[in-house]
Amino acid sequence: MSTREKIITVSNLYKKFGSFTANDDLTFDVYKGEIFGFLGANGAGKTTAIKILCGLSKPTSGKATIAGFDVYTQTEAIKNSIGYMSQKFSLYEDLTVAENIRFFGGIYGMTRKDIKIKTQLLLDKLGLQDSAKKLIKDLPLGWRQKLAFSIAIVHDPKIVFLDEPTGGVDPITRRQFWNQIYEAASEGVTVFVTTHYMDEAEYCDRVSIMVDGRIAALDTPQKLKETFGADSMNDVFIKLARGDNK
Amino acid sequence: MNTVIVENIHKSYKKIVALEDITFSVDKGEIFGFIGPDGAGKTSLFRILVTLLLPDSGKATVMGLDVVKDYKKIRKMVGYMPGRFSLYQDLTVEENLTFFATIFSTTIQENYHLIKDIYSQIEPFKDRRAGALSGGMKQKLALSCALIHKPEVLFLDEPTTGVDAVSRKEFWEMLKSLRNAGITIVVSTPYMDEASLCDRVALIQNGSILKIDKPDLITSSFGKNILAIRSSNIHKLLNDLSNYPACDSVFPFGQYVHYTAKENRISKEELEKYLTALGHQQLEINPIEPNIEDCFMSLMNEAS
Repeated sequence: MSTREKIITVSNLYKKFGSFTANDDLTFDVYKGEIFGFLGANGAGKTTAIKILCGLSKPTSGKATIAGFDVYTQTEAIKNSIGYMSQKFSLYEDLTVAENIRFFGGIYGMTRKDIKIKTQLLLDKLGLQDSAKKLIKDLPLGWRQKLAFSIAIVHDPKIVFLDEPTGGVDPITRRQFWNQIYEAASEGVTVFVTTHYMDEAEYCDRVSIMVDGRIAALDTPQKLKETFGADSMNDVFIKLARGDNK
Repeated sequence: MNTVIVENIHKSYKKIVALEDITFSVDKGEIFGFIGPDGAGKTSLFRILVTLLLPDSGKATVMGLDVVKDYKKIRKMVGYMPGRFSLYQDLTVEENLTFFATIFSTTIQENYHLIKDIYSQIEPFKDRRAGALSGGMKQKLALSCALIHKPEVLFLDEPTTGVDAVSRKEFWEMLKSLRNAGITIVVSTPYMDEASLCDRVALIQNGSILKIDKPDLITSSFGKNILAIRSSNIHKLLNDLSNYPACDSVFPFGQYVHYTAKENRISKEELEKYLTALGHQQLEINPIEPNIEDCFMSLMNEAS
């Protein structure tokens, strides 16, 4: 990271559902061009936090800004500044490659002219010119995934949210995908990754681990491993989530 | 004695080849793992072995019984945990377990000792509907249901997918103790790091088995030296290494990059010089032992 411009700022954020505290005093920043891993066990409060960061839910108290926009009052501006991709849901299988680009470009509020230009750029970059009229379901899994990521950033968002982006794909395709993520990050896109796959966490610049609604640890994978005396992020996670080190 | 024997199994769905000439055997009392990505053919293979799907050709036996002719007998002797959670969401934990026990003409009491270690962890929630359980608890209930009729062989199709790391670890500990109780376990997973928890593994990709062996013998037969390299800019490091003339393969591995050289001619000093000249900072180059993922990728490249 050459610059340390903050893209996401969160301070003392709480989200309560009745007497249950889903997010308990979250404070962290994410920088421009950073690959930030957001981990936690099932039920630790990740989804609640991400909904707030995407402008889909309001916090109970505390402050947060996304790309400079306030999560209480500027949720529409937030939605225009972010992209989203998940392994489970990404593209429409019964639409062609070009139709998917046009559809998502439209959703993200791009003009027809911009969509046309971007479609060409994107197809050239991925080497998919001959496949523009192919249905998504006829593309190999690896290609679908690369396309899904490209479409998630087609509108040049400041931040892209990736939900378990490479779960279940073969190791070579997975690495091609990480190359793509590194490239986007080096061009200044902030990448926010949530995952159950601890080896995906190893690719992140910094990783936060949520336990029971709080951020229990936040650092580079290297530092976390040193701090917890662990060989892998998997071990770090197990120690934290099981409370072995308390 | 071989508990499962599979010889030259083929299976296609119209144009798509799901399994191509699959041959392997599983010894009694071992944990045998199928490691491979989505679409490799793991589920088709498991469905054939538990008699829910017919192979196009080839032969397979479980406990000496033919999967096509003797399907009724096999169904009584195997436990099967499908990839998707397939218990009754509207029944409680206890009702699900009673249901599966009844189907197999047994009772929870009769085989309680088998499931005790696993079931006791979810027993406090026995009146909760299965649909309202957390991922880790669903998995424990599914395993209890697959075990309640005292099967000789367990087929577990991706039991740890989508489950957090803590629950995964606990699950593997349960499998170890079942194996020690004499149950043969055939399990599939897309998590490469789970290979080391199996006694033997088959690496599977595009319907074909790439390799079968003990996990440590797979890694020790990799045959090439690997350097783990890192610098302050991984993206640039990957590009620069793939442009290096002697480069055979370069793959990101978390914060490091794994590098192998053509004809295994690896020189740490030359690489260091090359990368330093290109402006890499905080450079770190260490020889390392290959892991299962290194092997899997190398075998994938050989196969294609």
